[in-house]
Amino acid sequence: MPYLGGEEALRELRRALANPHVQADRLRYRAAVLRVIRMPGIQEYLQQPLLSGLRDKASYVRRAAVLGCAKMLKLQGDCEVDGALVNELYSLLRDRDPIVVVNCLRALEEILKKEGGVVINKPIAHHLLNRMADLDQWGKSEVLTFLLRYRPRSEEELFDILNLLDGYLKSSSPSVVMAATKLFLVLAREYPHVQADVLVRVKGPLLSACTSESRELCFTALCHVRQILGSLPGHFSSHYKKFFCSYSEPHYIKCQKMEVLCELVNDENVQQVLEELKGYCTDVSVELAQGAIFAIGNIARTYTEQCVGLLTELLGLQQEHITSAVVQAFRDLVWLCPQCTDAVCRALPGCEDAIQDSEGKQALIWLLGAHGEKVPNAPYVLEDFVENVKSEMFPAVKMELLTALVRLFLSRPAECQDMLGRLLHYCIEEEMDMAVRDRGLFYYRLLQSGVEVVKRVLCSPKSDPSLGLLEDQTERPVNTWASEFNTLAPVYGRERWALITAHQPEPSYACSPCTDSRNRDTESLISEGNKEVLKVHPDTGSLTLIPDVYLTAEQFEKSWLSLDMSCHLSLPWCGTVHPDTIQTALHVVHIQTIAMSKAGVQPWKAYLSAQDDTGCLFLTELLLEAADPEMQVSVKQSEAKPEALRAFISVLRTVMGAAAGLGS
Amino acid sequence: MLSQIFILSSKGDRLIHKDFRGETCGTSTDLADTFYRRITSLPGDQAPVFMAHEGWHFVHVRHAGLYFVATTTPDASPFTLVEFLNRLVTLLRDFCGPLSEKNVSLNFALIYELLDEMLDYGYIQTTAPEVLRNFMHTEPVATKPFSLLDLGSIGLFGAETQQSRVAPSSAASRPVLPPRGEQGTRNEVFVDVVERLTVVIAANGTPMKVDVQGEIRLKCYLPSCVEMRIGLTEEFCVGKSELRGYGTAVRVDECAFHSSVKLDEFESGRILKVTPSQGELTLMQYQLADDIPSPLPFRLFPTVDQDPTGRLRLYLKLRCDLPPKSQALNVRLQLPVPKGVSSLAQELSSPEQTAELQPSTKSIRWDIPRCQGGSQLSALFKLEVPGLSRASLLELGPANLAFELPAHTCSGLHIRFVRLPGPAGPPQRWVRYLTHSDSYVLRF
Repeated sequence: MPYLGGEEALRELRRALANPHVQADRLRYRAAVLRVIRMPGIQEYLQQPLLSGLRDKASYVRRAAVLGCAKMLKLQGDCEVDGALVNELYSLLRDRDPIVVVNCLRALEEILKKEGGVVINKPIAHHLLNRMADLDQWGKSEVLTFLLRYRPRSEEELFDILNLLDGYLKSSSPSVVMAATKLFLVLAREYPHVQADVLVRVKGPLLSACTSESRELCFTALCHVRQILGSLPGHFSSHYKKFFCSYSEPHYIKCQKMEVLCELVNDENVQQVLEELKGYCTDVSVELAQGAIFAIGNIARTYTEQCVGLLTELLGLQQEHITSAVVQAFRDLVWLCPQCTDAVCRALPGCEDAIQDSEGKQALIWLLGAHGEKVPNAPYVLEDFVENVKSEMFPAVKMELLTALVRLFLSRPAECQDMLGRLLHYCIEEEMDMAVRDRGLFYYRLLQSGVEVVKRVLCSPKSDPSLGLLEDQTERPVNTWASEFNTLAPVYGRERWALITAHQPEPSYACSPCTDSRNRDTESLISEGNKEVLKVHPDTGSLTLIPDVYLTAEQFEKSWLSLDMSCHLSLPWCGTVHPDTIQTALHVVHIQTIAMSKAGVQPWKAYLSAQDDTGCLFLTELLLEAADPEMQVSVKQSEAKPEALRAFISVLRTVMGAAAGLGS
Repeated sequence: MLSQIFILSSKGDRLIHKDFRGETCGTSTDLADTFYRRITSLPGDQAPVFMAHEGWHFVHVRHAGLYFVATTTPDASPFTLVEFLNRLVTLLRDFCGPLSEKNVSLNFALIYELLDEMLDYGYIQTTAPEVLRNFMHTEPVATKPFSLLDLGSIGLFGAETQQSRVAPSSAASRPVLPPRGEQGTRNEVFVDVVERLTVVIAANGTPMKVDVQGEIRLKCYLPSCVEMRIGLTEEFCVGKSELRGYGTAVRVDECAFHSSVKLDEFESGRILKVTPSQGELTLMQYQLADDIPSPLPFRLFPTVDQDPTGRLRLYLKLRCDLPPKSQALNVRLQLPVPKGVSSLAQELSSPEQTAELQPSTKSIRWDIPRCQGGSQLSALFKLEVPGLSRASLLELGPANLAFELPAHTCSGLHIRFVRLPGPAGPPQRWVRYLTHSDSYVLRF
């Protein structure tokens, strides 16, 4: 690839950029700038052509030059950001060409990454809103995402913005509709009726994406439908037919659709939904068939009778994977809905021959042990398992068998005594797996201490209907996921997303001078700590925090109460807090800690103060609620200096980012 | 933001690989290889569309057996990514003709040029074909030189119709730029009304679900663009309540237009005005559910019994309810049968039909090349199923039907006219209709 640079390409590029005629020949200039990604030793040739490119008459040159600035700063590594360049880029946000505008946002976002990205203040936000109509779909969805940062000052302004953006909810491009929806949900976080209204309006576009010809789009939309259903269970109920599977769809879509169907079932459609799911239970694909059976099992928690009948019918097929899945569904169901126990027990005889896998066997054995008094042949089925215990592959099955047999012994001692003895003998004398052997020894000793003791230990409740109720109340308010809408989080699902993000907090940018940006932050922090004052990037107005300014707690409290809030922001935060780390880190940049909660206290709070060389005080409160992924930061300032405030916040952000990195 | 884009063949060969940011080169393994390894060994419970790898995320779409993959950072919007990749596929089809492994590798220079223009530093710049064309220098290489004479006898979608009135079926899939050595572009415009039918019919014959997804697509080969006026059926109404005209209403539930379509005459005369650029454009998308004006194209009447020797006898009667002048093509019925099936004997109503037992899916496939409206077809299948029980009848069905209905729309939507102003003789204008089954399920 030419742009990744051999010697040859490098030399040619240098020649191209150094040539004064290059800029006269716009296409060649553009071609040269487009190629700059990663070429050490090219920086000094770049600066001048880029700056003149920003002022070129041709819009396609400006587009390339704007992104070229981002490339150049990436090449320079962690050098100081040139304030003039940043200002130039901010002013180019008013460019005539819509793509230049969007590219400016992207470039600023990258250049100012360390300070938290491009700042969207009121004039910029309103300017962008007015330019929306000129942008193409990609530009629109990107600008809508940038606008998420803007906080309208008043209710009036908020509704003006929402009115302006209303049309984009009807756009023919799903990416614009979803970006607009997210913006609505986030901006209207205090107006639940507005959020509900938006979700109703976005139903149409989402449903048409769900039935789109592109499988991938369909999948993405289904994931978001599930996200919405988590908060508004009945939201798509009248459209349940749209989620019936098509014959030719790939598995992953069918599985998503089944999950959706489970969630939107209600009194009117339950019959149709069950009929649809029943069709999948006999599918050739084992996974799909089992998925459908588990889905029916889920619906059974509410519509028990119909579902148990359906599942029992399936047992007649005598097929390994179907029987196994049905028995597992029964086990989970009996626990939550004790009223169906009798029906389940009537269905159980005959299942044992068809089950081969560990999960299915465990479920069957558990059912026989817990409800053995209702299954006439329970001891004989378990006896077969005891006979074959030597050839049993799975230790988990043996453990389950031990527990079930001891339980059954309590209700039907005469039939079980002999084989329980044999099983215990085998487990203690011949078993190789230590866990099974220990379990055997445990039951042996327990039995020695008398039946009454065993009863006290083993006869726990056999069902817990309240658990089902608890699970039903997992409806989460829209605000908990509004910020995740139209990101990869709903696509992976909550659990997997948490897993992915936990292991990989950010992509490893192998080409930046220091591979781990976190290390870089902490290193620079410590070295700067040795200097007397901390210089912050010139473009944000220089800020010098004075060391050794000490405020007493009383003074702090007095000023805190007398001042108005200047700025409120939230920082991403995961894991626990390490007060010592934070305090040390803050001290390095001359921010004094007034008071701080101990580690692990909920909610965790801290109060900080700092003073710059003009005497302006910055008072800060940090607040971390339990289980909130973001730390709330409120800053108050003794004199209104927006520039200094911005600089201070960027310092605070860096420090807290570094402390979070050190802590975890 | 996209970091890389690659196109892989179904075997994992790298056809196109472009790195926009040079960020991922330090990772230990090659991302394209990693992607292919992951996609081929994915556990069944995970969806393949998005996959995470060392902090990067793969997004892909599949078209014509090829993987179109992008790598991206975690903060990306999934809708934008998928939509962009789909857009990329459409553009490649416009510029290079029908996609295939061979076609992509022959046109690799053109594709790299396109990607260079569409994205800069991983950010989407533009996908408008008229803008992109200005920067394209490479000419497309056609896999087969296109000749009207060779294909003249084959009508649209395989239909044998009068040669002069119907465009050859591949006419609209050639690249918009003329391939090398072929001067004298034909001025042609294709307006396609394509509907996808999703139907579930219950065992007693009542339709459970009827869904029609329709599109009006415009494929334009005109070098210079003028405003085009396309008139739809005058009785076209949107929503349940609207009433128009005197004839039977053509009703759709929802309808969305491309942003370049001007709708000032839509209310009064149902006219779409558009200034198309070369290439394909979806003018309008519409949906219709549950309530369609014409009867459903197919009904199935199955009879199941057991003959004295214990074989399972399946008698299927398939009735085609299309108007007598229309016909259905490439009808294929897939019927799952009990898993224990060992052999199949068949009696079909005409020799051009075929049927076979597919061991991999445990189903019968019955192929009917064409089926005239109003006709009735029947087939008798005898299945040898050892250990047949009453329960195994549960495994029978539901049947799925796949078919194409050329020159037919289920919604009844028609194009009244396609008008182009212009001094130099009107270009060739083709209007084509097609309904195909997305999923047509007949329950037993």
